[in-house]
Amino acid sequence: MATTKVVVDPITRIEGHLRIEALAENGRIANAWATSTQFRGIEIVMQGRDPRDAWAFTQRICGVCTVVHAVASCRAVEDALDIRIPANANIIRNLMVGMQFVQDHVMHFYHLHALDWVDVVSSLSADPTRSAQIAASISPWPNNSATHFREVQNRVKTFVQSGQLGIFTNGYWGHPAYKLPPEVNLIAVAHYLEALDWQRDVIRLHTVFGGKNPHPNFLVGGMASAINLDETATINAERLTDIHDMIRRAQRFVEQVYWPDLVAIAGYYKDWAAIGAGTGNYLACGEFPSADIRDIESLYFPRGIILNRELGRVHSYDQRAVAEFIHSSWYEYSQGDAAGLHPYDGETKPSYTGPPTPWTYLQDEKQKYTWMKAPRYEGKPMEVGPLARMLVAYASGHEEARALIGEALGRLGVGAPALFSTLGRTAARGIETVLIARQLPRWYDDLVARIKGGDVRTFDGAKWEPSSWPAEARGYGYLDAPRGALGHWVRIADGAIRNYQCVVPSTWNCSPRDAQGQMGPYEAALTSNHPLVDPERPIEILRTIHSFDPCMACGVHVLDATGKVITEVKVQ
Amino acid sequence: MLMPTSVPWADEESLGSFLERRRVSRREFLGFCAEITAILGLASTMAPQVAEALQAIKRPSVIWLQLQECTGCVESVVRTAEPTIGDLVLDVVSLDYQHTLMAAAGHQAEKALQDSMAANRGKYLLVVTGSVPLKANGVYTTIGGRTAKVILEEAAAGAAAVIAVGACAHWGSVQAARPNPTGAVGVSDIVKDKPVVNIAGCPPIGDVVTATIVHYLTFGRVPELDHDGRPMFAYGARIHDQCPRRANFDAGQFVEEFDDAAARKGWCLYHVGCKGPATFSPCPIFMWNTRTSWPIGAGHPCIGCTERNFWDSMSPFYTRMPNVAGVGVERTADLIGAALAVGATAGVVAHAAATGVHQIRARRAARELPVVSNAPPPPPPPPPSNPEGR
Repeated sequence: MATTKVVVDPITRIEGHLRIEALAENGRIANAWATSTQFRGIEIVMQGRDPRDAWAFTQRICGVCTVVHAVASCRAVEDALDIRIPANANIIRNLMVGMQFVQDHVMHFYHLHALDWVDVVSSLSADPTRSAQIAASISPWPNNSATHFREVQNRVKTFVQSGQLGIFTNGYWGHPAYKLPPEVNLIAVAHYLEALDWQRDVIRLHTVFGGKNPHPNFLVGGMASAINLDETATINAERLTDIHDMIRRAQRFVEQVYWPDLVAIAGYYKDWAAIGAGTGNYLACGEFPSADIRDIESLYFPRGIILNRELGRVHSYDQRAVAEFIHSSWYEYSQGDAAGLHPYDGETKPSYTGPPTPWTYLQDEKQKYTWMKAPRYEGKPMEVGPLARMLVAYASGHEEARALIGEALGRLGVGAPALFSTLGRTAARGIETVLIARQLPRWYDDLVARIKGGDVRTFDGAKWEPSSWPAEARGYGYLDAPRGALGHWVRIADGAIRNYQCVVPSTWNCSPRDAQGQMGPYEAALTSNHPLVDPERPIEILRTIHSFDPCMACGVHVLDATGKVITEVKVQ
Repeated sequence: MLMPTSVPWADEESLGSFLERRRVSRREFLGFCAEITAILGLASTMAPQVAEALQAIKRPSVIWLQLQECTGCVESVVRTAEPTIGDLVLDVVSLDYQHTLMAAAGHQAEKALQDSMAANRGKYLLVVTGSVPLKANGVYTTIGGRTAKVILEEAAAGAAAVIAVGACAHWGSVQAARPNPTGAVGVSDIVKDKPVVNIAGCPPIGDVVTATIVHYLTFGRVPELDHDGRPMFAYGARIHDQCPRRANFDAGQFVEEFDDAAARKGWCLYHVGCKGPATFSPCPIFMWNTRTSWPIGAGHPCIGCTERNFWDSMSPFYTRMPNVAGVGVERTADLIGAALAVGATAGVVAHAAATGVHQIRARRAARELPVVSNAPPPPPPPPPSNPEGR
């Protein structure tokens, strides 16, 4: 039995820097290790700063999911200082986070993930008329004409013939793992290009309320964008109409392009519904409050935990049960490597013990191997993200989620266990995008109704001045982000940040082995009935890793520059 | 932009014939040239010259390195405003290496980088996002097992020009804020033997990135830069001098608390911390996301993200800058730059001097003086006869 060492570094079409090492045996992956190769130390930077500035610093953790850290940070500080934001501000934040989901998931599908399933070169041999017929059978999207597909095909033809492939250079074109007929490849390529124009338009919702994207502005206590129907420099009817139309175009593209494409493509890759299952434990912290963020019952996507793939029972989530470990991570703890620290008491002292660069094969060292810590919930590794959210929603009896999941399973002719897979992860992302796209107009209507009723408040300044704050405070801000459950934990003392810690979706999913030898979700998925036909062209690894939508800059963080551990943990 | 257009621009083909083949009308093309000419701050009479230069150029390779960063700058460029023609012209480039978009991974990706560097040595444009961590022998950012520093040095050696996009590549940004745990520095701290253009901002407006590349392709050199390597066409004006709310500042009409009556009238944000008086940026002119809005336009104070060290020198963000006299005292407002950043750490003092009055005066003087070319001309396009147009 031949064993081949495989290194994929860089993993491209993700956010940030990720390295996968694996052992391949007889066309399967026998073992795998995920390494985050970047560390920035942002939480160290935040020590001693004004808590009202924290959103801007943490926002820069990631420019892809560019609003989620900012909102989670505002929520953490608002939790610590007992600030209740006005209803309008909550709706505006829901609109911004919701549009982030929709834009981000569509871009992930077409621009980051699709090339794992779609062979661009194959689209050259498609019959555009047939492509148009196929497209018409699954969607009323008006651009799906033979003329349009022929034009796209001609562009691709000239492109390939030029010999200068740009970003398509050295792709795995012609790999036997590509299964789509040429006509479907052509449809996907055409929509890849359309989605580029679409995303630029719909994300402007962030610009209206936050002034720019990426990195729109937020505000502890609410939102800075004042509402006044009778001024030009405020949120008025002109701005609201723009928002309304963006929402309409966002929803239309999701329902008429993304969702039909996803279901059609998935139909050719049903074998991937049995590949890449992973840990089997799923955590969702819940998102989209319709009332105060502290009211868990008001969340549109419910909170909960599923263990061992048992959809019959949803366990409750309690942030007190989160702890981070460094058994395989390049850090030191004052209590030693075996300790697990709750984020309120988090320590991070980087301590690189790997080999000198350049590396060839890290696993030859049998040592710590990543900048990612290992968060565990009650000692267990947890997968977070769209699949976790949809499973928790499904198991909790969320009617809209159940209906759409049922529709998808029915059209693919598979049962619910198919969700526990690489394909299930990708499908769940599409399902929740449809659900959120349908929520956007409801939130918009809520906002308009409130303004019509005379409520234009967007900010509560009662606790703005530090003189109104307690001498010491701490808070937890959660946000179930596009890539999964995100938590910010802040301690404030004497008006300044004393400790700040984030446990981020990609920290959960890309976590390394712990002292018990439990793999993180990436590693577990890559070793769950996982093929690797040609170790030289590891397209299968990309499929499963991309199904998680990695965001590496988010995952790696660090806290507590002073090394102080605050020991009296008063449990909330 | 810098997106793959699927209409390839064949080797040795001029942009003119390429556009013709793509059925882009002459009129559309000239319209684009007029717009890009305006963004570059050139006289409108220069538009035909821009068109002439653009039509003649051949397609150069661009290598884009993403080092220690958050990908926000890539996202900003993906949002660039210009329509199809903009995609085209910036796709003018053959984007040979770009992590976020490229199909290949692992050693196939690294081969694409090595092949492009070898085939286009001395001719390619190097775009860099992200900083370079120097502590711990650089292990805080590695790609393919190599450190960011090694990768940057190798790629810069063969580049015709280097464009550092965003605050991280400019000076290190958030990870370089006090106490800079990883020893992050900007591109110009590593690359010393050739000019580095700094497209400042966290992130910068994508259109500034694309316009800078167009400038390079059109005029055969990088644009005129300020003392900090920032293109004058984008960073030559202070936000405070271009702000639509300046009249409120001059009239003493200030927002005192968010969402107060003044905020609902769209008045000046200086009292709630606006750093516009100390910030050079094109935000109020170019605006963001197809000219939808900009930070002050959406009611939030400027945080000064185009200025070096802004995380330390401009924070706390909601604290009023010192010593800007109110009502209409233009001279005092100008002096704010010198007083700015005050109260911040000692290391910022030099910066304060650099970004202050000196900057403003230098810029005013520059407009009346002949412009000195700041870069050796790169190979491909022959520069037009009067490259400055001023």
